[in-house]
Amino acid sequence: MISYPKILQTDLGGSLLLGILMIAGLLVPLLNLTVNDTHLLHVSTYTMALLGKYLCYALLAIAVDLVWGYLGILSLGHGAFFTLGGYAMGMYLMRQIGTRGVYGHPLLPDFMVFLNWPELPWFWNGFNWFWFAMLMVIVVPGLLAYVFGWFAFRSRVTGVYLSIMTQALTYALMLAFFRNEMGFGGNNGLTDFKDILGFSLQSDETRAGLFVASVIALAGGYVSSRWVMNSRLGKLCTAIRDEEDRARFIGYRVEDAKLWVFTFSAVLAGIAGALYVPQVGIINPTEFAPLASIEIVIWVAVGGRATLYGAVIGAMIINYAKSYLTAALPDVWLFGLGALFILVTLFLPHGVAGLFRQGSFAFWWKKKETLTVVAERANL
Amino acid sequence: MNTLENIRSFWPRDQVFDFLIPDMPPDLDLTHGVILYLEGISVSFGGFKAVDDLNLYIQNGELRCIIGPNGAGKTTIMDIITGKTSPDTGSAWFGQRINLLKMNEPEIARSGIGRKFQKPTVFENHTVHDNLELAMVGNKQVWSTLTAKLNSVQQGNIEAVLETIGLKEKITARAGSLSHGQKQWLEIGMLLMQNPKLLLVDEPVAGMTQQETERTAELLTDLAGTRSVVVVEHDMEFVRSIAQEVTVLHQGRVLAEGRMDEVQNNQEVIEVYLGEENAPH
Ligand SMILES: Nc1ncnc2c1ncn2[C@@H]1O[C@H](COP(=O)(O)OP(=O)(O)O)[C@@H](O)[C@H]1O
Ligand SMILES: [Mg+2]
Repeated sequence: MISYPKILQTDLGGSLLLGILMIAGLLVPLLNLTVNDTHLLHVSTYTMALLGKYLCYALLAIAVDLVWGYLGILSLGHGAFFTLGGYAMGMYLMRQIGTRGVYGHPLLPDFMVFLNWPELPWFWNGFNWFWFAMLMVIVVPGLLAYVFGWFAFRSRVTGVYLSIMTQALTYALMLAFFRNEMGFGGNNGLTDFKDILGFSLQSDETRAGLFVASVIALAGGYVSSRWVMNSRLGKLCTAIRDEEDRARFIGYRVEDAKLWVFTFSAVLAGIAGALYVPQVGIINPTEFAPLASIEIVIWVAVGGRATLYGAVIGAMIINYAKSYLTAALPDVWLFGLGALFILVTLFLPHGVAGLFRQGSFAFWWKKKETLTVVAERANL
Repeated sequence: MNTLENIRSFWPRDQVFDFLIPDMPPDLDLTHGVILYLEGISVSFGGFKAVDDLNLYIQNGELRCIIGPNGAGKTTIMDIITGKTSPDTGSAWFGQRINLLKMNEPEIARSGIGRKFQKPTVFENHTVHDNLELAMVGNKQVWSTLTAKLNSVQQGNIEAVLETIGLKEKITARAGSLSHGQKQWLEIGMLLMQNPKLLLVDEPVAGMTQQETERTAELLTDLAGTRSVVVVEHDMEFVRSIAQEVTVLHQGRVLAEGRMDEVQNNQEVIEVYLGEENAPH
């Protein structure tokens, strides 16, 4: 028998999350593909894609929770890493179109033909290979985060100043990507994708595959983040958040810890972006908008900081509400979001996850947790 | 040919890239019996001289008290020793070989200088155990920290320190739930986990009860001998109870230095500082 993973033994929220993900990952594609669409239990492809999108947002929220909840760095620019990951995937999908574009050019995407470009810009090379694009999904956001963090953390920029710098980063990228001559499709972005790894993006089976991939990415992102945060490095992160000087004076190079966790978080955000793009069918520079990055922070605040699963809950709740409200009452949405943020800050300082931790049904788990701790100590 | 030479000079074979040199301080050299040399140190903050041409020598194994009125520059001296503030002039050496002015805070900490802040500073959201674990001596680079596992020897060290600071029952308590005095002890315990050769303790008994103060005095006198301890303190009663050597600081300068009874009878000292106590209220 496989024993229950150690890092989840004291993590009720995470265990429930992974359980739900596992069930959803099996059930949703099954109900989409095998149940007749007149049947009550049928899950439409639209719903499945919507849920898949939420999963990507949830992974993005985990990335923000790592740096904000655990490390105390309020990043208002994580949308940049998400979007860069998305563009890397988008470039691969563009190159898969081949001659099926409007202009039927074998090499150039439509927007380049339209702009009368003679040849593919050098940085589009290699994106015809899936493995290369996936490498870029990780390398580009990771490298940007590493370079940004190297300068910011070494010069000990903290607090509001750092937040403003992250905003400036994503804003600058947005302005750059809006320009046609950058070679990323300008304000239209990249769209009209046809297939991925040879499978048509219109087919339900491919959609189901993408959904399952998102489930796996979120679960993997959760488990790896939990592993990092349960390690001594994770303890160091909260120590830095609470008393940065103390951490420095007991011998830790605080800037290094920040740098690596920030980079890891950017990579998670990039992966989320890469899975998001084939499911929504488009990536454009509005994803870089400062407001989009601020929204992620609100998801985490509503769900509850420094719990990881709280970030997932927050991303799910708010995006569900957003999908619903922007359709039903489009004018009200932003006010609703603002009001929700204020209410949560005032009445639920630990977010929805806070409720859940104080809740009485967590009692049996607590008891189990104490027993595990006692057992561990006895083993030593 | 030329380019080849250029490339060669870029990477001489007898040298190593900077980033490949292990991040290790040179060994502490105590052949002259002095663990800390501060010479001609001056710092000013916007024209105001907080420390003014200060000389201070600490012997290996010594317990030294630094006293002086508020604003005398005591905390600033600790800032200089630990790399938080760099002085305008002067030199600071740890033993014969370690130049403190060339190192940053974590390097100085790992070379063997532990510091307790004036305001008790512990990681409130961590347990007492985890506070000590984080402080423990060892490789503190990111990857090693990520993969670190406590072995039974290290666990034993933590328990030994808990015994020393008297917080054995509090091992699983959240540090934030400790009393003020207990936090001070925990912070001292965190320094001990680093195995320091020199302990800098800034106002350890501020806000402590009489009993706690006595326990702290005992603790600090026990620690000296195998290590050097520098204590900054306001509480004269406390200083009398532990002091061997006392340095009196006034306006960033050393006013007097010597055994407690000598210093107490120094006319200048009585005027600027000790006199305050006996002055009519
Ligand atoms: N970072 C700083 N900037 C400006 N002034 C400072 C700074 N640090 C200390 N000072 C000033 O230097 C003087 C010495 O301070 P300090 O070393 O904290 O004294 P104390 O002996 O009470 O510990 C005080 O007048 C203080 O206001
Ligand atoms: Mg002071």
